[in-house]
Amino acid sequence: MSGAKSPPGPLEYLRRWPLRAWIVLVSVYLYAPLITLMVFSFNNSRRNIVWRGFTLDYYAAVFHDTELLAAFGNSLTIAAVSTLVSVALGALAALLLWRFRFPAKPALEGALALPIVVPEICMGVAMLVFFNKVIPWPSDLAWPLNLGAIMIAHISFSFSFVAIVIRARLASFNRELEEAAKDLGAGEWRIFKDILIPHMQPGLLAGALLAFTLSLDDFVITFFTSGPDTTTFPVKVYSMVRFSVTPEVNAASTLLIVITVALTALALRLQGAQVARDAAGGV
Amino acid sequence: MDESWSRAKGVFAALFVAPVFWLVLFFIVPLAIIWAYSFGENSGLTQIAISGTFSNYVHAIQPLYLGIFLKSFWFAALTTALCLVVGFPMALAITFASEKTKVWLLLLIMLPFWTNLLIRTYALMAVLRTEGYINISLGFLWNGLGHLAALGGAHLAPFQPLELLHNNFAVVFGLVYVQMPFMVLPLYAALDRLDRSLLEASLDLGAGHVRTFARIVVPLAMPGILSGVIVTLIPSIGAYLTPDLLGGPDSQMIANVIERQFKIANDWPFGAALSFILMYLTFIAIAAQAVVSRGRKAARA
Repeated sequence: MSGAKSPPGPLEYLRRWPLRAWIVLVSVYLYAPLITLMVFSFNNSRRNIVWRGFTLDYYAAVFHDTELLAAFGNSLTIAAVSTLVSVALGALAALLLWRFRFPAKPALEGALALPIVVPEICMGVAMLVFFNKVIPWPSDLAWPLNLGAIMIAHISFSFSFVAIVIRARLASFNRELEEAAKDLGAGEWRIFKDILIPHMQPGLLAGALLAFTLSLDDFVITFFTSGPDTTTFPVKVYSMVRFSVTPEVNAASTLLIVITVALTALALRLQGAQVARDAAGGV
Repeated sequence: MDESWSRAKGVFAALFVAPVFWLVLFFIVPLAIIWAYSFGENSGLTQIAISGTFSNYVHAIQPLYLGIFLKSFWFAALTTALCLVVGFPMALAITFASEKTKVWLLLLIMLPFWTNLLIRTYALMAVLRTEGYINISLGFLWNGLGHLAALGGAHLAPFQPLELLHNNFAVVFGLVYVQMPFMVLPLYAALDRLDRSLLEASLDLGAGHVRTFARIVVPLAMPGILSGVIVTLIPSIGAYLTPDLLGGPDSQMIANVIERQFKIANDWPFGAALSFILMYLTFIAIAAQAVVSRGRKAARA
């Protein structure tokens, strides 16, 4: 097994060349477009085809594009607010479904799964109609209140995902801890604050990461709720790429890819540390 | 675990009110309005009268729109099949990798999935367009070939770039690109639970790898295959961005038609009816998967 020359065992598929070749091909398919996009954001040529030398001009252009920067700021603000509210609502829903038995519980569970299964386009047009006819969102509010409609839409599709993640974490909760706390005289609030919240923490973190990514990534639903003054980064990029491929868009996309990958790596590290601590603590 | 709600009404209410209020007001109500609109008609420039008419649904099953529904389903089915063919070996590789390699292979699949959908679609535009990287590379090769041919006295016609973007091929190519992680992850989850001694037994008893795969691996991984198919198929049917950016005039899918009713044609009742037909199709697909997997469980018990 240790020597590279020993023949592969019957189930060591990974050491057979067809599977290795397949992995390489799929990786090229998945990564070549993204890597060329990133490389050519440094290419000193407007036509963007052949390598003409290294330049940071397009990054400078991105940082001078006030509309693009404003859209990016909007995206981050929306994602932050949506994450906070989604985690709060998701945690409440998860605790509710985990702890209680009540009439219409299956109906509520079904309704909570709806935002996950309903096609994006249907939710997008529903939000468009809702914010046109039921609660017309004033367009002249001060920033960031003018983003309210988009934030509400994002929270609506995010918090179900968060609830699922947190509920999965709650399933591993040891009820005896709660019993012990009760015997020792702790009230509901105390148990919630000192026992449940610390146990839920990895779930809260994973849920927050998911909500942030979902919000930052969303195009379709935002497309139907944004107005001329409330564009997000994806909506702005959409209007830029519809007809042409330009190095500025490459540069802006590269920045967003780097930010997303960095955030994800950070979250994975945090979760990894948490998992290691749990394992060490024998929980 | 299952405490009755009446034993701690205060706590129950504290947990119940906020999420349910949000879900009803900002999700159920908007969908209910769309549902109501699908039975309405335009009366005046911005007024919609909900008259209980079925005319929008009748309109939706005209050959033109029926064709678009069929095409959406066909694209989605093709995408799912391609994802399954491309993704199954990947899932197999992840399953039988060492612990350390496994993490890296999973990351390999997940990383593009965390990248913004719009950026991934845009990256494909840059690759596929007439002056994109594929055509540039092919043109370069062709020129090289031309020089070689000139040495031999022959003459090659100038390179004609392939039409790769703005057609049906580009849409399916893009959908497979975007949906692949959705297929690989459930497949991996199912394969990872598989009892390896069954595979070893099959190989020991003289079945080849192909036979073991067809008779042991695929049947045992069927629940994962089914859920992979569903989570790939459903978003593909309702895809908006991919056909919009990569497709040509004849590759519009149902989501593009719905968008047009709301943003350009201003026929909200008809758009609402199309949306609900799409939703019903989604629910039917999910229900079918539930029935099949329940049937399989019952058959095994």
